[in-house]
Order: sequence, then structure tokens, then C-alpha cells
Amino acid sequence: MDIISYLKEHENKDMLRFLTCGSVDDGKSTLIGRMLYDSKMIFDDQLSAVESESKKYGTTGEKIDMALLVDGLQSEREQGITIDVAYRFFTTEKRKFIIADTPGHEQYTRNMATGASTADVAIILIDARKGILTQTRRHSFIVNLLGIEHVIVAINKMDLVDFSEETYNEISKAYGTLADELGIKNTYYIPVSALDGDNIVDKSSRMPWYQGPALLRLLESMDISKEQTQENFRFPVQYVNRPNLDFRGFCGSIASGRVKVGDEVTVLPSGKMSKIKSIVDSSAISESNRLALVDEAYAPMAITITTEDEIDISRGDMIVHTHSLPSVSNNLKVMLVWMDEQPMSIGRTYDIKRATSVIAGSFEKINYKIDVNSFERMQVEELGLNDIASCRMVLTRPIASDAYSTNRLTGSFIVIDRMTNNTVGAGMIVGLSRRDQGALTKEYTNAERELNAYIRKYFPEWDCKAV
Amino acid sequence: MITHLRQLEAESIHILREVAAEFSNPVMMYSVGKDSSVMLHLAMKAFAPGKLPFPLLHVDTLWKFNEMIEFRDQRARDLGFDLIVHSNPEGIDMNISPFEHGSKVHTDVMKTEGLKQALNAGGYDAIIGGARRDEEKSRAKERIFSFRDKHHRWDPKNQRPELWNIYNTAIQKGESVRVFPISNWTELDVWQYIYMEGIPIPELYFAKEREVVEYGGTKIMVDDERVPQELRRTAKKEMVRFRTLGCYPLTGAINSTATTLPEIIQEMLLSTSSEREGRLIDKDQVGAMEQKKIEGYF
Repeated sequence: MDIISYLKEHENKDMLRFLTCGSVDDGKSTLIGRMLYDSKMIFDDQLSAVESESKKYGTTGEKIDMALLVDGLQSEREQGITIDVAYRFFTTEKRKFIIADTPGHEQYTRNMATGASTADVAIILIDARKGILTQTRRHSFIVNLLGIEHVIVAINKMDLVDFSEETYNEISKAYGTLADELGIKNTYYIPVSALDGDNIVDKSSRMPWYQGPALLRLLESMDISKEQTQENFRFPVQYVNRPNLDFRGFCGSIASGRVKVGDEVTVLPSGKMSKIKSIVDSSAISESNRLALVDEAYAPMAITITTEDEIDISRGDMIVHTHSLPSVSNNLKVMLVWMDEQPMSIGRTYDIKRATSVIAGSFEKINYKIDVNSFERMQVEELGLNDIASCRMVLTRPIASDAYSTNRLTGSFIVIDRMTNNTVGAGMIVGLSRRDQGALTKEYTNAERELNAYIRKYFPEWDCKAV
Repeated sequence: MITHLRQLEAESIHILREVAAEFSNPVMMYSVGKDSSVMLHLAMKAFAPGKLPFPLLHVDTLWKFNEMIEFRDQRARDLGFDLIVHSNPEGIDMNISPFEHGSKVHTDVMKTEGLKQALNAGGYDAIIGGARRDEEKSRAKERIFSFRDKHHRWDPKNQRPELWNIYNTAIQKGESVRVFPISNWTELDVWQYIYMEGIPIPELYFAKEREVVEYGGTKIMVDDERVPQELRRTAKKEMVRFRTLGCYPLTGAINSTATTLPEIIQEMLLSTSSEREGRLIDKDQVGAMEQKKIEGYF
């Protein structure tokens, strides 16, 4: 293939983000090093540096220690462990991949949640000699909690169990039970040896009984498109662009759905309505064309829109289609992952950043904490580092909210400590809190809805709430 | 489904807008290289039809290639952005030279100190940089919004968790955040994007007959008369180009015949040494970059 056709092909590739999780000795870094190495993304000078480092820090004897390719920081190399989230990149003929490499030991649940938050697929490593461990349950729980729908179970170190089909079957079966218990949607099982490269890029001749694809081939062919563009239109306003008196544009990235010029939209939480006047496709902007207008845009495009009416819209607002309004509330049921040494205390004020809005709020009640190992629910008074709990969150202002299960970008938030400014928690909206549900589940008649829309359109100064 | 480059582009634009919306005094580092060119291009998209809502800052070590300076000034004229140029005045007084003082002293004084001075003088609360996670191992672990204390120091063991596309921009007065909008781009992505979008880059990236000398285990270009006499006597003309641009005495040239973008990309794909090989600064010690970042270097 000549370079021009290669570039054309590369230009049209899509992208898959995946997460690798495993406990300390499962060979996770080795697996990633192997994928980078075998897909030829390791350059010779990096490799020679690793060869000399293998002699100093390595744990693999004469073989090149693949883990040293990916364990980034010097202090970690000396300890022989990975302690943070690292991002890795490689490209095959089919796809560009971004790997979030996260640590497996207990105290670092927060790093795993971080890596999982942007991943489409998770690879869970299991040591064939040990089978499903407590960590495996924990990792699977977090992966599922963070909404990853595809889980690849890589049963590693098959060379150390004589490539036994029986071992593979036992572990697959046991994991299947776990996946059912958690409700993980799609699972895939692959027997591998990361150290030797079996079933990583090519099918291994040492496991002829395995009928499925090698790991990399599976990653290349998985269909992970989640019909993001078919969902309801959600547009968190990020930045108001007002270069001159004639242009007042609202910039942002479409979180879900699609939008067309002329569409009727509602701005939340105010409930004010207007129509889309124009859409600027930021991607099509160039040095000469500073106003690239399009008729339609869809997720995850970055755009700038203008509205027919001069209504008050600012950062933190959400623009949605008038015909598909989300619920608006300040009282939400959420799942919270606590990420700070200092415990979460009930009633304390934190800053909650959801999409582009930052609103003060607090957790008024811990419904229950979940033990990530046994999945049991417990009653507790406070949350410590790495605790995961169902809570009632009360904000000082209402927000338009979607459940995380239907919208990953508008259903998620981070918790910021107002004294230290640290990110101390991450949360996912489950739904409206029970206390709020009564009022909002009232069934309105068509006539009532039309009247409400009429008032909001022609009498915006009444600040009438959308129904 | 949009292509990976359009996804990366949208992600970067989102990050740039987040900076403009959340910080009161942001600045974008401009090193004149290809990554800076891509960032500038993305910023021009993010804020169109308006102008950039932040200035560009170039820390001029006074040993940059002359062509880089010409290119920089031309871009500022063409695009109409605010350009701030800073050179460490103490370094100028000391007449710091990489040839005399070595790469470490030169970099410490003219680059690291120069950068700190410029940042302190500007009082910036957000500093946008063009670092990518695929460049170097310690960068692979750094956040997109990377917190720096009052002394510009990075604490690799105490980074804020970063989830989804929600970035924590909260800081105290005097502290700052380094923001890396093209964190998730690879070298190939950058080149491909430059090709696809027709982004202007300095000619130094393309092969041409240039006067070079052997220095510090690599070939460097004779860019001006400050190259020591005894070295200049060994100068010869060769077809070379540069994979990264920096201070000319510290930037290794590679022999090449690539005069077009597709040829550069082809060469890169077939290449057996990683991008930073030509950059002498990283060879000083293992974990050199990690150490420099902890000290306040980008």
C-alpha cells in the first residue's frame, strides 16, 4: 500500500478506549507491554532502554520485562508496582486504541474508577492458577458501576497450567455466574499467556482447543457504538462566545442526540424556550472560514449554536429538545465513590461539578454502603476512602438530570472539597430522590402541557417551570 | 460514529473552552513546533468567529532556530493573536550558551527559569501546553488538568482523580493548573491532522540541504555564527530535517529526503527510534523528565 492510501485509511479509523484491570501479580503490565510490542508501537531505542533496565529492576530473569515498558514513574519502577492511572496508545490496521492502565490493589479503587469512566471495554485479568479472587469481584463491580458494557476476561498464565482447557472452562463458568450476579451485559473469554504472547495478537498453537479470536483481533472487531446519536438531545452550555454585537453563540460538546436548525429547544433549569437559529461546526472552521454553518450536528461534536430569541443562557445551563425534557430537580439519588482520605460527612457542603455546572450541595443521607467484595449492603454514618454508597444528594439549585445508565455525560459528576479544592468523590445519578418523585410523577394533560409551553414561550419573565 | 481524529479534535476543543470558561487569566504556551501549531489551530476553531481569549507565550532561550522566530512572528501577524515573548534576563547577562555551559545549565537557566519567570510575571492561573502522553513515560500518567503548587511543582503521587470529561479547575490564589489539550494524541495523529487540515508548520521539519556538524553524538545545524569555530570547520552540507524543534545546538538533525508531509509520515512510520531521540535533554538521566516536572519544568 502506498503512503497516500495508508493515510486515507488511517484517517477513517475509529477509536476504542479500554481499561485493563488485574491484581498486582496477574501480569497486567506485561499484557499491555506485549500488545504495544507486538503491534510494533515500541521503538528500538525504547526497547534497548528497557533491556538495560530489565537487568536492574526486572522480575523476569532472561526474558525482556515487558512491564518495564509501561510502568512510568521512576519511584514505581523501583517498587516493582504500578501506582496510578497511565494512558497508552497504539494503532492497528483497524482502529486506534487508548488503554487506561490502572492498579489492582485494594487502596486504589479510585484510580480504577477514574480509568473506567472513559472506557468502552474492560479487560479483566485472571491468573489461571488462582482463579477468581476477591479483587476480580471488586474490579468487576466497579467496571459495571461505571457503566462499561463489554468485559473481556483474559485468563492469563495459561503456560503455568499446561494450557489446560479444563482450567479455562472452570474459570469461565465461575466468572459467568459473577457477571450474571452483577448484570454485566456482554462477556468474552480468552485464554492467554502475556509473557509469551499466546492469543494476544495471533491465535496460539499451544491451545488448539480455543475456538475464539486472539485478544487484539477481538478488540479490533467489537461493536461498541452505543447509538449515542439516537438518544435525546442534551447540550451542556460550556462557554458563551460574544465576539461582537451581532453574534451571541453558545459553545459546547453535544453530550447525546442530534440537533437541527429550526428545532424547538428549552433551556434548563430556567425552562425558557426558543428555536435553533444557526449551528457552527467547530471542526469545519479554518483560518479562512471563521463561520462554518451546518444544518445538523450530533454527539460528540463540538459546536456553537445561536438561538432565535435573545434569552438568558449561561454556562452550566442545558439546552434540550422541547419534546424530550429531562426531569429537573435538586434532590437526587446517586451512587457515590469516595476518593479522599478525609471521610465524607453528611450535611457538609461540597461543590458538585456536573457537565459544565458547578453547584454547591451536600449529601443528606447515606442509603447504604456496598461492600465491593461481597456486594452486601451496609448501614453506615460516614464514607471513607474507596467506599461506594447510595446517597441522597441535595443541591442548592435544581439541575436537568438524566440517569447515568442512560447518559454517561449528563448523569455523572465529581465532588470538590471547598477547602482543599481536591476532587474527593465521583458520582453517578440514579434518579430523582424518592422525596421528590411524588410531585414530579404527576400526569399532565396535553392541554396543561400546551398551556405551560405557551406561558414559558411568551411570558418568560414569569419564570414558569417546565412540566 | 465519528473518526478518531474528529473525536480527538472535539475533545481538545472541549478542553480549551473549559479553560477559557473557568480561569480568569489563562495563557497558551507556544513553542513554534508542530504540536504547538496543532494547538493553535484547535484554539482558532474553538473560539471562532471570535479571537483567542488568551495570549500565547513563547519562552525564547535565544538559541532557537532563526527560522522558528520568523515563523512565529508571521503566524502572529496572520492570525492576530497576542504574543508574549520572554527570555531570562539573568541568563542573557551571564551569556549562557549550550556550547559553553552544557545542555543542563542552559536548559535550567534559559528554559526552566525563564518559564518560571514568565509565569510569575504574568500571574497565569492556567497554562495550556502541548505535551502528549505518548511522548515519554512520566507523561503517560499525568492528568489533562494537572495541578501545580505555588512553586510550579508537580506532585506525581498526589494527583487529582480525573473522570469522564469533567475537569476540576479549583485552585487557590498563586497556584496554577497546566492543561494539556492534546494529551491523547499520538505523534502519528498530530502529523495526520496537520496533513488533513493543511496546518502551516516551519520548513525545518522538511528535508533540505543544510549545513551540519557532529556534536554531542548527533548532528546539529550551523544556524548562526555562535557555533564554535573548531566545530564549524567540520561543517558539511547534508540533506537533513528535524523531528522536533528546540534550541538548535540541542536538536539533532536526521538524514532524510522527506520533503512532503506524506513522506515525513512514511519516514516516521518506518523509523526505528522514538521522537525524543533527537532531543539531547532527556538523555541526561533515567527519569529525567519526571525530575524536571517535579522541579517545575513542563
